Amino acid sequence: MGTELRKWSLLLGAAAFLALPLPSWAQLTTIDLAQKLNTEAHVGKLTGHAKAGAADYRRYCVGCHGDLGDGNGEVAQWLEPPMWPKPRNFQLGVFKCRSTPTGTLPTDQDLFDAIGRGFDRSAMPIWNTFTNQQRVDLVAWVKHFSPRFSGGEKPGDPIQIPPEPEVTPERIKAGRDVFARVQCWKCHGVQGMANGPSASTLTDDLGRPIAAFNFAEGSRPKCGDTDKDIYRIFMTGLDGTPMPSFADNIKPDEAWDLVFYLRTFMAQNSKAKAMAKQLGLKPVDPNAPAPAGQ
Amino acid sequence: MKSPCKSLVVLSSVVLLCCAALILGPKVSAAGEGKISGTVKLDGTAPHMKGIDMSKDPFCAKAHASDPGHLETVVVGSGGGLQNVVLYISEGWSGSPTVATNVPIFDQKNCMYTPHVLAMDVNQKFSVKTSDATTHNIHPNPNPMTGNIPWNQSQPPGAAAVEKSWKAAEVIPVQCNIHPWMHGWFVVVKGPYATTDDSGNYTINNVPPGSYTVTAWQEDLGSQTQKVTVAAGGAGAANFTFKAK
Repeated sequence: MGTELRKWSLLLGAAAFLALPLPSWAQLTTIDLAQKLNTEAHVGKLTGHAKAGAADYRRYCVGCHGDLGDGNGEVAQWLEPPMWPKPRNFQLGVFKCRSTPTGTLPTDQDLFDAIGRGFDRSAMPIWNTFTNQQRVDLVAWVKHFSPRFSGGEKPGDPIQIPPEPEVTPERIKAGRDVFARVQCWKCHGVQGMANGPSASTLTDDLGRPIAAFNFAEGSRPKCGDTDKDIYRIFMTGLDGTPMPSFADNIKPDEAWDLVFYLRTFMAQNSKAKAMAKQLGLKPVDPNAPAPAGQ
Repeated sequence: MKSPCKSLVVLSSVVLLCCAALILGPKVSAAGEGKISGTVKLDGTAPHMKGIDMSKDPFCAKAHASDPGHLETVVVGSGGGLQNVVLYISEGWSGSPTVATNVPIFDQKNCMYTPHVLAMDVNQKFSVKTSDATTHNIHPNPNPMTGNIPWNQSQPPGAAAVEKSWKAAEVIPVQCNIHPWMHGWFVVVKGPYATTDDSGNYTINNVPPGSYTVTAWQEDLGSQTQKVTVAAGGAGAANFTFKAK
Protein backbone atom coordinates (compact mmCIF):
# COMPACT_ATOMS: atom_id res chain seq x y z
CA MET A 1 0.00 0.00 0.00
CA GLY A 2 2.80 2.37 0.94
CA THR A 3 4.78 1.91 -2.27
CA GLU A 4 1.59 2.22 -4.27
CA LEU A 5 0.87 5.55 -2.62
CA ARG A 6 4.38 6.80 -3.18
CA LYS A 7 4.22 5.85 -6.83
CA TRP A 8 0.99 7.77 -7.30
CA SER A 9 2.15 10.84 -5.44
CA LEU A 10 5.35 10.89 -7.51
CA LEU A 11 3.36 10.63 -10.69
CA LEU A 12 0.95 13.32 -9.57
CA GLY A 13 3.81 15.56 -8.51
CA ALA A 14 5.49 15.15 -11.87
CA ALA A 15 2.23 15.91 -13.64
CA ALA A 16 1.68 19.03 -11.54
CA PHE A 17 5.25 20.16 -12.19
CA LEU A 18 4.85 19.71 -15.93
CA ALA A 19 1.53 21.49 -16.00
CA LEU A 20 2.71 24.53 -14.04
CA PRO A 21 4.65 26.51 -16.65
CA LEU A 22 1.92 26.14 -19.28
CA PRO A 23 -0.46 29.03 -19.90
CA SER A 24 -3.90 28.33 -18.55
CA TRP A 25 -5.49 27.72 -21.94
CA ALA A 26 -3.06 24.93 -22.66
CA GLN A 27 -4.47 23.01 -19.71
CA LEU A 28 -8.03 23.62 -20.77
CA THR A 29 -7.67 22.89 -24.45
CA THR A 30 -5.67 20.06 -25.83
CA ILE A 31 -4.70 21.50 -29.17
CA ASP A 32 -1.37 20.25 -30.34
CA LEU A 33 1.02 22.37 -32.32
CA ALA A 34 0.52 20.38 -35.51
CA GLN A 35 -3.19 21.08 -35.38
CA LYS A 36 -2.53 24.79 -34.85
CA LEU A 37 -0.08 24.94 -37.72
CA ASN A 38 -2.62 23.32 -40.00
CA THR A 39 -5.11 26.16 -39.45
CA GLU A 40 -6.65 27.24 -42.73
CA ALA A 41 -8.47 30.33 -43.95
CA HIS A 42 -10.97 30.48 -46.81
CA VAL A 43 -11.80 33.63 -48.71
CA GLY A 44 -13.66 33.24 -51.98
CA LYS A 45 -11.83 30.56 -53.94
CA LEU A 46 -8.58 31.06 -52.07
CA THR A 47 -7.34 28.83 -49.28
CA GLY A 48 -4.78 30.19 -46.86
CA HIS A 49 -2.34 27.99 -44.93
CA ALA A 50 -0.93 29.12 -41.63
CA LYS A 51 2.56 27.83 -42.35
CA ALA A 52 2.64 29.75 -45.64
CA GLY A 53 1.81 33.00 -43.83
CA ALA A 54 4.50 32.65 -41.16
CA ALA A 55 7.33 34.23 -43.15
CA ASP A 56 5.35 37.34 -44.10
CA TYR A 57 4.13 37.64 -40.52
CA ARG A 58 7.71 37.56 -39.22
CA ARG A 59 8.79 40.16 -41.73
CA TYR A 60 5.87 42.64 -41.58
CA CYS A 61 3.71 42.04 -38.51
CA VAL A 62 5.96 40.80 -35.74
CA GLY A 63 7.26 44.25 -34.79
CA CYS A 64 3.92 45.20 -33.30
CA HIS A 65 1.96 41.97 -32.84
CA GLY A 66 4.90 39.93 -31.51
CA ASP A 67 6.23 36.43 -32.13
CA LEU A 68 3.48 34.90 -30.03
CA GLY A 69 0.74 37.06 -31.54
CA ASP A 70 0.07 38.53 -28.12
CA GLY A 71 0.37 42.15 -29.28
CA ASN A 72 3.64 42.59 -27.39
CA GLY A 73 6.06 43.18 -30.25
CA GLU A 74 9.06 45.44 -29.75
CA VAL A 75 7.21 48.50 -30.97
CA ALA A 76 4.11 47.96 -28.82
CA GLN A 77 5.59 49.76 -25.83
CA TRP A 78 5.81 53.01 -27.81
CA LEU A 79 2.17 53.00 -28.79
CA GLU A 80 0.20 55.06 -26.30
CA PRO A 81 -3.60 54.82 -26.30
CA PRO A 82 -5.96 56.44 -27.01
CA MET A 83 -3.90 58.31 -29.66
CA TRP A 84 -2.18 55.09 -30.73
CA PRO A 85 -4.18 51.96 -29.90
CA LYS A 86 -2.10 48.98 -28.73
CA PRO A 87 -1.61 46.15 -31.26
CA ARG A 88 -4.25 43.43 -31.17
CA ASN A 89 -3.59 40.34 -29.04
CA PHE A 90 -4.46 37.55 -31.47
CA GLN A 91 -4.38 34.89 -28.75
CA LEU A 92 -7.63 36.20 -27.27
CA GLY A 93 -9.59 35.75 -30.49
CA VAL A 94 -11.53 38.98 -29.81
CA PHE A 95 -11.80 41.31 -32.81
CA LYS A 96 -13.32 44.75 -33.43
CA CYS A 97 -14.24 44.49 -37.09
CA ARG A 98 -16.63 41.64 -37.63
CA SER A 99 -19.67 40.88 -39.74
CA THR A 100 -20.72 38.45 -36.97
CA PRO A 101 -22.67 39.06 -33.73
CA THR A 102 -20.98 40.28 -30.56
CA GLY A 103 -19.21 37.51 -28.65
CA THR A 104 -18.53 35.43 -31.76
CA LEU A 105 -15.48 34.89 -33.93
CA PRO A 106 -15.11 36.94 -37.13
CA THR A 107 -15.21 35.28 -40.54
CA ASP A 108 -12.01 34.78 -42.54
CA GLN A 109 -13.30 37.44 -44.93
CA ASP A 110 -13.55 39.92 -42.01
CA LEU A 111 -9.88 39.38 -41.07
CA PHE A 112 -8.87 39.49 -44.74
CA ASP A 113 -10.65 42.83 -45.15
CA ALA A 114 -9.10 44.24 -41.97
CA ILE A 115 -5.57 43.54 -43.23
CA GLY A 116 -6.27 45.22 -46.56
CA ARG A 117 -8.14 48.16 -45.04
CA GLY A 118 -5.74 48.91 -42.20
CA PHE A 119 -6.92 50.81 -39.15
CA ASP A 120 -7.33 54.55 -39.43
CA ARG A 121 -5.88 56.51 -36.49
CA SER A 122 -3.62 53.65 -35.47
CA ALA A 123 -0.20 52.27 -36.35
CA MET A 124 -1.79 49.59 -38.56
CA PRO A 125 -1.19 50.57 -42.20
CA ILE A 126 -3.19 49.58 -45.25
CA TRP A 127 -1.57 46.29 -46.29
CA ASN A 128 -2.79 46.37 -49.88
CA THR A 129 0.69 45.56 -51.16
CA PHE A 130 0.19 41.87 -50.49
CA THR A 131 -1.28 39.57 -53.07
CA ASN A 132 -4.63 38.10 -52.10
CA GLN A 133 -2.93 34.74 -51.54
CA GLN A 134 -0.42 36.30 -49.15
CA ARG A 135 -3.23 37.99 -47.28
CA VAL A 136 -5.31 34.86 -46.89
CA ASP A 137 -2.19 32.95 -45.71
CA LEU A 138 -1.65 35.70 -43.14
CA VAL A 139 -5.26 35.33 -41.99
CA ALA A 140 -4.60 31.63 -41.35
CA TRP A 141 -1.43 32.47 -39.41
CA VAL A 142 -3.25 35.12 -37.35
CA LYS A 143 -5.98 32.57 -36.56
CA HIS A 144 -3.48 29.90 -35.46
CA PHE A 145 -2.54 32.00 -32.40
CA SER A 146 -5.97 31.67 -30.83
CA PRO A 147 -7.13 28.42 -29.25
CA ARG A 148 -10.65 29.55 -30.19
CA PHE A 149 -9.91 29.19 -33.91
CA SER A 150 -7.53 26.25 -33.74
CA GLY A 151 -9.84 24.50 -31.28
CA GLY A 152 -12.51 24.39 -33.95
CA GLU A 153 -14.89 27.15 -32.79
CA LYS A 154 -16.86 28.44 -35.78
CA PRO A 155 -17.44 32.11 -36.61
CA GLY A 156 -20.89 33.53 -35.85
CA ASP A 157 -23.50 33.80 -38.60
CA PRO A 158 -22.93 37.15 -40.33
CA ILE A 159 -25.70 39.67 -39.68
CA GLN A 160 -27.97 40.16 -42.67
CA ILE A 161 -27.83 43.59 -44.30
CA PRO A 162 -30.82 44.39 -46.53
CA PRO A 163 -30.16 46.34 -49.75
CA GLU A 164 -29.55 50.03 -49.16
CA PRO A 165 -32.69 52.11 -49.74
CA GLU A 166 -32.73 55.55 -51.38
CA VAL A 167 -31.87 58.32 -48.92
CA THR A 168 -34.82 60.68 -48.27
CA PRO A 169 -35.42 63.58 -45.84
CA GLU A 170 -37.95 61.35 -44.01
CA ARG A 171 -35.32 58.67 -43.52
CA ILE A 172 -32.80 61.18 -42.17
CA LYS A 173 -35.39 62.48 -39.71
CA ALA A 174 -36.27 58.91 -38.70
CA GLY A 175 -32.54 58.26 -38.23
CA ARG A 176 -32.36 61.21 -35.87
CA ASP A 177 -35.13 59.58 -33.80
CA VAL A 178 -33.16 56.32 -33.61
CA PHE A 179 -30.06 58.31 -32.60
CA ALA A 180 -32.08 59.91 -29.79
CA ARG A 181 -33.79 56.68 -28.71
CA VAL A 182 -30.72 54.44 -28.38
CA GLN A 183 -28.71 57.44 -27.12
CA CYS A 184 -25.63 57.20 -29.34
CA TRP A 185 -24.87 60.73 -28.14
CA LYS A 186 -23.98 59.52 -24.64
CA CYS A 187 -20.51 58.83 -26.03
CA HIS A 188 -20.48 60.25 -29.56
CA GLY A 189 -22.07 63.60 -28.67
CA VAL A 190 -25.20 65.19 -30.13
CA GLN A 191 -23.24 66.30 -33.20
CA GLY A 192 -21.09 63.17 -33.45
CA MET A 193 -18.02 65.00 -32.20
CA ALA A 194 -17.07 62.35 -29.60
CA ASN A 195 -17.87 64.74 -26.76
CA GLY A 196 -20.86 63.05 -25.12
CA PRO A 197 -21.09 62.97 -21.31
CA SER A 198 -19.52 59.49 -21.11
CA ALA A 199 -16.80 60.02 -23.75
CA SER A 200 -14.01 60.99 -21.38
CA THR A 201 -14.25 57.88 -19.20
CA LEU A 202 -14.13 55.18 -21.88
CA THR A 203 -11.70 52.28 -21.57
CA ASP A 204 -11.24 49.09 -23.58
CA ASP A 205 -11.52 45.52 -22.23
CA LEU A 206 -7.93 45.69 -20.98
CA GLY A 207 -8.56 48.95 -19.10
CA ARG A 208 -6.74 51.21 -21.55
CA PRO A 209 -8.23 54.59 -22.51
CA ILE A 210 -10.08 54.61 -25.80
CA ALA A 211 -11.82 57.39 -27.73
CA ALA A 212 -15.31 57.32 -29.19
CA PHE A 213 -15.39 57.89 -32.97
CA ASN A 214 -15.50 61.55 -33.92
CA PHE A 215 -17.69 61.71 -37.04
CA ALA A 216 -16.95 65.37 -37.69
CA GLU A 217 -13.14 65.37 -37.89
CA GLY A 218 -12.96 63.74 -41.33
CA SER A 219 -11.27 60.47 -40.42
CA ARG A 220 -12.47 57.05 -41.52
CA PRO A 221 -14.25 54.70 -39.12
CA LYS A 222 -11.82 51.92 -38.13
CA CYS A 223 -13.96 49.15 -39.59
CA GLY A 224 -14.65 50.74 -42.97
CA ASP A 225 -16.28 53.85 -44.37
CA THR A 226 -18.95 52.63 -46.78
CA ASP A 227 -22.62 52.91 -45.79
CA LYS A 228 -22.67 49.14 -45.38
CA ASP A 229 -19.63 49.25 -43.11
CA ILE A 230 -21.30 51.84 -40.86
CA TYR A 231 -24.46 49.71 -40.73
CA ARG A 232 -22.38 46.69 -39.75
CA ILE A 233 -20.36 48.58 -37.11
CA PHE A 234 -23.28 49.54 -34.89
CA MET A 235 -25.20 46.31 -35.41
CA THR A 236 -22.29 43.99 -34.48
CA GLY A 237 -20.56 46.31 -32.03
CA LEU A 238 -16.77 46.49 -31.78
CA ASP A 239 -15.79 43.68 -29.39
CA GLY A 240 -13.09 44.54 -26.88
CA THR A 241 -14.22 48.19 -26.87
CA PRO A 242 -17.08 50.09 -25.18
CA MET A 243 -19.06 50.10 -28.46
CA PRO A 244 -21.95 47.67 -27.90
CA SER A 245 -24.01 45.75 -30.42
CA PHE A 246 -27.38 47.31 -31.26
CA ALA A 247 -28.61 44.32 -33.24
CA ASP A 248 -31.37 43.56 -30.72
CA ASN A 249 -32.59 47.14 -30.53
CA ILE A 250 -32.48 48.62 -34.01
CA LYS A 251 -34.59 47.06 -36.78
CA PRO A 252 -32.91 46.59 -40.19
CA ASP A 253 -34.91 49.35 -41.87
CA GLU A 254 -34.26 51.77 -38.99
CA ALA A 255 -30.59 50.90 -39.19
CA TRP A 256 -30.39 52.39 -42.67
CA ASP A 257 -32.13 55.53 -41.37
CA LEU A 258 -29.45 55.80 -38.69
CA VAL A 259 -26.66 55.34 -41.28
CA PHE A 260 -28.08 58.30 -43.23
CA TYR A 261 -28.32 60.44 -40.11
CA LEU A 262 -24.73 59.60 -39.09
CA ARG A 263 -23.62 60.62 -42.59
CA THR A 264 -24.90 64.14 -41.88
CA PHE A 265 -22.25 64.51 -39.13
CA MET A 266 -19.36 63.46 -41.32
CA ALA A 267 -16.98 65.93 -42.91
CA GLN A 268 -17.13 64.05 -46.21
CA ASN A 269 -19.80 65.28 -48.60
CA SER A 270 -22.78 63.03 -49.12
CA LYS A 271 -26.35 63.20 -50.37
CA ALA A 272 -27.57 62.84 -46.79
CA LYS A 273 -25.42 65.75 -45.62
CA ALA A 274 -26.76 68.06 -48.33
CA MET A 275 -30.35 67.04 -47.53
CA ALA A 276 -29.88 67.64 -43.80
CA LYS A 277 -28.56 71.13 -44.51
CA GLN A 278 -31.73 71.92 -46.46
CA LEU A 279 -33.90 70.46 -43.70
CA GLY A 280 -32.14 72.59 -41.08
CA LEU A 281 -32.07 69.63 -38.67
CA LYS A 282 -31.16 70.53 -35.11
CA PRO A 283 -29.09 68.22 -32.90
CA VAL A 284 -31.06 66.02 -30.49
CA ASP A 285 -31.72 67.44 -27.03
CA PRO A 286 -29.65 65.55 -24.46
CA ASN A 287 -31.95 66.71 -21.65
CA ALA A 288 -35.16 65.46 -23.23
CA PRO A 289 -36.65 62.47 -21.43
CA ALA A 290 -35.74 59.25 -23.20
CA PRO A 291 -38.31 58.25 -25.81
CA ALA A 292 -40.30 55.14 -24.95
CA GLY A 293 -39.06 51.77 -26.14
CA GLN A 294 -39.88 50.39 -29.55
CA MET B 1 -5.98 -5.85 0.87
CA LYS B 2 -5.31 -3.52 -2.04
CA SER B 3 -7.89 -4.54 -4.56
CA PRO B 4 -10.99 -4.82 -2.33
CA CYS B 5 -10.13 -1.41 -0.88
CA LYS B 6 -9.85 0.09 -4.35
CA SER B 7 -13.00 -1.50 -5.68
CA LEU B 8 -14.86 -0.34 -2.60
CA VAL B 9 -13.77 3.23 -3.30
CA VAL B 10 -14.76 2.92 -6.94
CA LEU B 11 -18.08 1.31 -6.07
CA SER B 12 -18.96 3.87 -3.43
CA SER B 13 -18.04 6.78 -5.72
CA VAL B 14 -20.20 5.29 -8.47
CA VAL B 15 -23.06 4.93 -6.02
CA LEU B 16 -22.48 8.47 -4.81
CA LEU B 17 -22.47 9.80 -8.36
CA CYS B 18 -25.70 7.98 -9.16
CA CYS B 19 -27.28 9.33 -6.01
CA ALA B 20 -26.10 12.80 -6.94
CA ALA B 21 -27.58 12.41 -10.40
CA LEU B 22 -30.87 11.32 -8.91
CA ILE B 23 -31.01 13.86 -6.15
CA LEU B 24 -29.78 16.91 -7.95
CA GLY B 25 -32.75 17.31 -10.18
CA PRO B 26 -33.35 21.06 -10.26
CA LYS B 27 -35.24 22.28 -7.20
CA VAL B 28 -36.50 18.82 -6.37
CA SER B 29 -36.05 18.07 -2.73
CA ALA B 30 -35.40 14.42 -2.22
CA ALA B 31 -34.42 12.54 0.88
CA GLY B 32 -30.68 12.45 1.41
CA GLU B 33 -29.99 15.91 0.08
CA GLY B 34 -28.53 18.24 2.64
CA LYS B 35 -27.53 21.83 2.87
CA ILE B 36 -24.76 24.08 4.10
CA SER B 37 -25.61 27.29 5.85
CA GLY B 38 -24.02 29.97 7.95
CA THR B 39 -23.28 33.65 8.34
CA VAL B 40 -20.54 35.81 6.90
CA LYS B 41 -19.45 38.75 9.02
CA LEU B 42 -17.05 41.62 8.89
CA ASP B 43 -14.63 42.01 11.79
CA GLY B 44 -13.90 45.68 12.24
CA THR B 45 -15.41 48.96 11.12
CA ALA B 46 -17.30 48.93 7.88
CA PRO B 47 -15.33 50.94 5.31
CA HIS B 48 -16.86 54.15 4.04
CA MET B 49 -18.58 53.63 0.70
CA LYS B 50 -18.12 56.70 -1.44
CA GLY B 51 -21.15 58.40 -2.90
CA ILE B 52 -21.56 58.37 -6.68
CA ASP B 53 -21.85 61.55 -8.71
CA MET B 54 -24.47 60.75 -11.34
CA SER B 55 -24.95 64.32 -12.52
CA LYS B 56 -23.74 63.46 -16.03
CA ASP B 57 -26.97 61.59 -16.67
CA PRO B 58 -30.10 63.51 -15.59
CA PHE B 59 -32.16 60.31 -15.41
CA CYS B 60 -29.73 58.66 -12.98
CA ALA B 61 -29.33 61.82 -10.91
CA LYS B 62 -33.11 62.22 -10.61
CA ALA B 63 -33.59 58.58 -9.61
CA HIS B 64 -31.19 59.11 -6.72
CA ALA B 65 -32.30 62.63 -5.80
CA SER B 66 -33.45 61.64 -2.30
CA ASP B 67 -31.36 58.48 -1.91
CA PRO B 68 -27.81 59.04 -3.20
CA GLY B 69 -26.08 56.05 -4.78
CA HIS B 70 -23.01 54.59 -3.08
CA LEU B 71 -20.32 52.17 -4.15
CA GLU B 72 -21.12 48.59 -3.14
CA THR B 73 -17.64 47.15 -2.75
CA VAL B 74 -18.24 46.15 0.89
CA VAL B 75 -21.88 46.15 2.01
CA VAL B 76 -22.35 45.57 5.73
CA GLY B 77 -25.78 44.96 7.24
CA SER B 78 -27.18 44.46 10.70
CA GLY B 79 -24.82 42.79 13.21
CA GLY B 80 -21.84 43.15 10.89
CA GLY B 81 -23.28 40.74 8.31
CA LEU B 82 -21.56 40.96 4.93
CA GLN B 83 -23.85 41.10 1.90
CA ASN B 84 -22.97 39.92 -1.63
CA VAL B 85 -20.55 37.19 -0.55
CA VAL B 86 -20.70 34.16 -2.82
CA LEU B 87 -20.44 30.74 -1.17
CA TYR B 88 -19.69 27.71 -3.29
CA ILE B 89 -18.16 24.25 -3.06
CA SER B 90 -14.59 24.44 -4.25
CA GLU B 91 -13.52 20.88 -3.40
CA GLY B 92 -15.29 17.57 -3.02
CA TRP B 93 -18.00 18.32 -5.56
CA SER B 94 -18.12 15.54 -8.13
CA GLY B 95 -20.09 17.55 -10.64
CA SER B 96 -23.81 17.40 -11.16
CA PRO B 97 -25.12 16.30 -14.52
CA THR B 98 -27.96 18.79 -14.25
CA VAL B 99 -27.48 22.51 -14.21
CA ALA B 100 -29.78 24.67 -12.11
CA THR B 101 -32.75 25.59 -14.29
CA ASN B 102 -33.92 28.74 -12.56
CA VAL B 103 -32.92 31.88 -14.49
CA PRO B 104 -31.50 34.52 -12.12
CA ILE B 105 -32.08 38.13 -13.13
CA PHE B 106 -29.49 40.89 -13.30
CA ASP B 107 -31.38 44.18 -13.41
CA GLN B 108 -30.15 47.63 -14.39
CA LYS B 109 -32.21 49.77 -12.07
CA ASN B 110 -31.72 53.44 -11.28
CA CYS B 111 -28.29 53.22 -12.91
CA MET B 112 -27.10 50.54 -10.48
CA TYR B 113 -26.85 46.76 -10.80
CA THR B 114 -29.41 44.77 -8.83
CA PRO B 115 -27.97 42.53 -7.51
CA HIS B 116 -24.45 43.89 -7.42
CA VAL B 117 -23.12 40.31 -7.45
CA LEU B 118 -24.89 37.56 -9.38
CA ALA B 119 -23.75 33.99 -8.75
CA MET B 120 -24.58 31.21 -11.17
CA ASP B 121 -23.70 27.70 -12.19
CA VAL B 122 -21.59 26.94 -15.26
CA ASN B 123 -23.99 26.79 -18.25
CA GLN B 124 -26.89 28.10 -16.16
CA LYS B 125 -28.98 30.65 -18.04
CA PHE B 126 -29.25 34.14 -16.60
CA SER B 127 -31.18 37.16 -17.77
CA VAL B 128 -30.04 40.77 -18.05
CA LYS B 129 -32.85 43.31 -18.06
CA THR B 130 -33.20 47.06 -17.78
CA SER B 131 -35.75 49.00 -15.75
CA ASP B 132 -34.30 52.38 -16.69
CA ALA B 133 -35.34 55.15 -19.07
CA THR B 134 -31.74 55.68 -20.10
CA THR B 135 -29.52 53.59 -22.38
CA HIS B 136 -27.13 51.10 -20.79
CA ASN B 137 -24.61 48.81 -22.37
CA ILE B 138 -24.06 45.52 -20.65
CA HIS B 139 -20.41 44.59 -21.02
CA PRO B 140 -19.04 41.55 -19.16
CA ASN B 141 -15.29 41.22 -19.43
CA PRO B 142 -14.18 37.60 -18.89
CA ASN B 143 -10.75 36.28 -19.82
CA PRO B 144 -11.29 34.66 -23.25
CA MET B 145 -8.61 32.08 -22.40
CA THR B 146 -10.98 30.43 -19.91
CA GLY B 147 -13.48 29.68 -22.66
CA ASN B 148 -15.81 32.50 -21.61
CA ILE B 149 -16.14 34.97 -24.46
CA PRO B 150 -16.64 38.71 -23.84
CA TRP B 151 -19.65 40.43 -25.43
CA ASN B 152 -21.17 43.88 -25.29
CA GLN B 153 -24.82 44.67 -25.94
CA SER B 154 -26.82 47.87 -25.74
CA GLN B 155 -30.04 48.07 -23.76
CA PRO B 156 -31.91 51.27 -24.55
CA PRO B 157 -35.11 52.08 -22.59
CA GLY B 158 -37.70 49.34 -23.09
CA ALA B 159 -35.19 46.87 -24.53
CA ALA B 160 -36.00 43.18 -24.23
CA ALA B 161 -34.06 41.13 -21.67
CA VAL B 162 -30.93 39.35 -22.88
CA GLU B 163 -30.50 35.69 -21.91
CA LYS B 164 -26.98 34.27 -21.71
CA SER B 165 -24.80 31.69 -19.96
CA TRP B 166 -21.09 31.08 -19.31
CA LYS B 167 -19.06 28.03 -20.28
CA ALA B 168 -16.45 28.04 -17.53
CA ALA B 169 -16.11 28.85 -13.83
CA GLU B 170 -14.74 32.38 -13.50
CA VAL B 171 -15.29 35.62 -11.60
CA ILE B 172 -16.33 38.02 -14.36
CA PRO B 173 -16.44 41.79 -13.92
CA VAL B 174 -19.32 43.48 -15.70
CA GLN B 175 -19.67 47.15 -16.44
CA CYS B 176 -21.61 49.81 -18.31
CA ASN B 177 -19.33 52.04 -20.33
CA ILE B 178 -21.97 54.76 -20.55
CA HIS B 179 -22.25 54.95 -16.75
CA PRO B 180 -18.73 54.09 -15.60
CA TRP B 181 -19.72 53.81 -11.94
CA MET B 182 -21.91 50.81 -12.81
CA HIS B 183 -19.72 47.89 -11.91
CA GLY B 184 -20.86 44.43 -10.86
CA TRP B 185 -19.86 40.77 -10.92
CA PHE B 186 -20.96 37.51 -12.46
CA VAL B 187 -19.56 34.77 -10.25
CA VAL B 188 -19.70 31.55 -12.24
CA VAL B 189 -19.10 28.41 -10.17
CA LYS B 190 -19.41 24.66 -10.61
CA GLY B 191 -22.22 23.17 -8.59
CA PRO B 192 -24.51 24.58 -5.90
CA TYR B 193 -23.90 28.06 -4.56
CA ALA B 194 -25.46 30.80 -2.45
CA THR B 195 -25.08 34.54 -2.00
CA THR B 196 -25.36 36.18 1.41
CA ASP B 197 -28.39 38.36 2.15
CA ASP B 198 -28.28 41.77 3.82
CA SER B 199 -27.64 40.14 7.23
CA GLY B 200 -24.80 38.00 5.89
CA ASN B 201 -26.83 34.77 6.03
CA TYR B 202 -26.69 32.10 3.37
CA THR B 203 -27.87 28.56 2.64
CA ILE B 204 -26.48 26.35 -0.08
CA ASN B 205 -29.22 23.86 -0.95
CA ASN B 206 -29.09 20.60 -2.92
CA VAL B 207 -25.88 19.34 -1.34
CA PRO B 208 -25.55 15.54 -1.33
CA PRO B 209 -23.92 13.95 1.71
CA GLY B 210 -20.15 14.24 1.72
CA SER B 211 -17.12 16.19 2.81
CA TYR B 212 -16.52 19.47 1.10
CA THR B 213 -14.44 22.60 1.05
CA VAL B 214 -16.63 25.68 0.96
CA THR B 215 -15.19 28.92 -0.40
CA ALA B 216 -16.52 32.36 0.51
CA TRP B 217 -15.67 35.01 -2.10
CA GLN B 218 -15.88 38.74 -1.46
CA GLU B 219 -14.92 41.14 -4.24
CA ASP B 220 -12.66 43.33 -2.11
CA LEU B 221 -11.70 41.18 0.89
CA GLY B 222 -10.76 38.05 -1.04
CA SER B 223 -11.60 34.40 -0.47
CA GLN B 224 -11.68 32.07 2.53
CA THR B 225 -12.26 28.34 2.73
CA GLN B 226 -13.59 25.92 5.31
CA LYS B 227 -14.09 22.17 5.48
CA VAL B 228 -17.68 21.09 5.94
CA THR B 229 -19.27 17.66 6.25
CA VAL B 230 -22.87 17.13 5.26
CA ALA B 231 -24.71 14.05 6.50
CA ALA B 232 -27.58 12.51 4.53
CA GLY B 233 -30.48 14.92 4.80
CA GLY B 234 -28.47 16.96 7.27
CA ALA B 235 -27.07 20.40 7.42
CA GLY B 236 -23.46 21.51 7.52
CA ALA B 237 -22.48 24.82 9.02
CA ALA B 238 -19.74 27.20 8.01
CA ASN B 239 -19.45 30.73 9.39
CA PHE B 240 -16.88 33.10 7.95
CA THR B 241 -15.35 36.29 9.29
CA PHE B 242 -13.50 38.72 7.04
CA LYS B 243 -11.16 41.24 8.61
CA ALA B 244 -11.86 44.82 7.61
CA LYS B 245 -8.96 46.30 5.65
